[in-house]
Amino acid sequence: MDLLQTIENEILAARVASRPNVDVRPGDTVRVHVRIKEGDKSRVQMFEGAVIRIRKGGPRTTFTVRKIASGVGVERVFPASSPNVVKIQVMARHKVRRAKLYFLRNRRGKSARLKPIRDFKAIK
Amino acid sequence: MANETMGLLGRKIGMTQLFHEDGTVLPVTVVEVGPNQILQVKSSERADGYAALQLGFGTQKEHRINKPMAGHLAKSGANPKALIAEIRVSDEVAGGFEAGQNIGAADVFAEGDVVDVIGTSKGRGFAGVMKRHNFAGFIRSHGTHEFFRHGGSIGTRLTPGHVMKGKKMPGHMGAEQVTVQNLDVVKVDAERNLVFLKGGVPGPKGAFVKVRKAVKKINA
Repeated sequence: MDLLQTIENEILAARVASRPNVDVRPGDTVRVHVRIKEGDKSRVQMFEGAVIRIRKGGPRTTFTVRKIASGVGVERVFPASSPNVVKIQVMARHKVRRAKLYFLRNRRGKSARLKPIRDFKAIK
Repeated sequence: MANETMGLLGRKIGMTQLFHEDGTVLPVTVVEVGPNQILQVKSSERADGYAALQLGFGTQKEHRINKPMAGHLAKSGANPKALIAEIRVSDEVAGGFEAGQNIGAADVFAEGDVVDVIGTSKGRGFAGVMKRHNFAGFIRSHGTHEFFRHGGSIGTRLTPGHVMKGKKMPGHMGAEQVTVQNLDVVKVDAERNLVFLKGGVPGPKGAFVKVRKAVKKINA
């Protein structure tokens, strides 16, 4: 195997050992537990919204979560292997037909809903 | 063994990411340095006139080596090498080594060191002024015709009557020696002779590079 690939697999394996991979897909409603550092104190904050994009790349994988906060659309990109991402919970899964859900940006309210998969069990 | 000018030959593996404990992303280039075999130790006291270590890196097929090179390699008992180059060091450092000896990444570099990387940049071929010299090009609208990426005027009028020497014009770009200074060594993998350097390194993946201790920074 390509040496760089081997190195990246090792970096990823080291992260998976401390925090296993979670099956996250576009259209999922996820709750990301993020460690926030304020001065010398750190606490865990939650960011809940829809996964609109996943950029794969082993340890370089990132995903974008979109939510509406006080009427304003907020998107946050999380590096999946970042030590600041403490935990990822998948609250709901929705039926989507594309990998990148950028069309949600142009929708508000009722039209911005996705069709849930009914029998999906949340991953906590 | 460490010295400011000591360095090794290697090969660029590629770039990836590491994370700081606080979550900051660290862009790193993985470089395979060594094992290097010392083919010759040059000394300013001998006829060489200067002190240096001649290093060999990688492997080469036997039939690709000509007879003079085969004879030279035989002196240090080395196998054919993919890359042979010299690293200039002081007499004291050169005296600490002998021909035939193998040195690995961990023998020279340690985490926290600052290094320079010398390599050959990616070739861009015959490039225009926008790519080569960061010219702004010409305006896109208001009737511009076939002039979008041109450089504009290259001189004045009767005085001086000729184009100034060194005028930036289109031409061959890249595939030249580039030195990147003061890269931090983030990690050293002694087993596989890998060093992880913070930032980019000239050349494509697989390119040969020289990695040496930074000359403009004092390594603690």
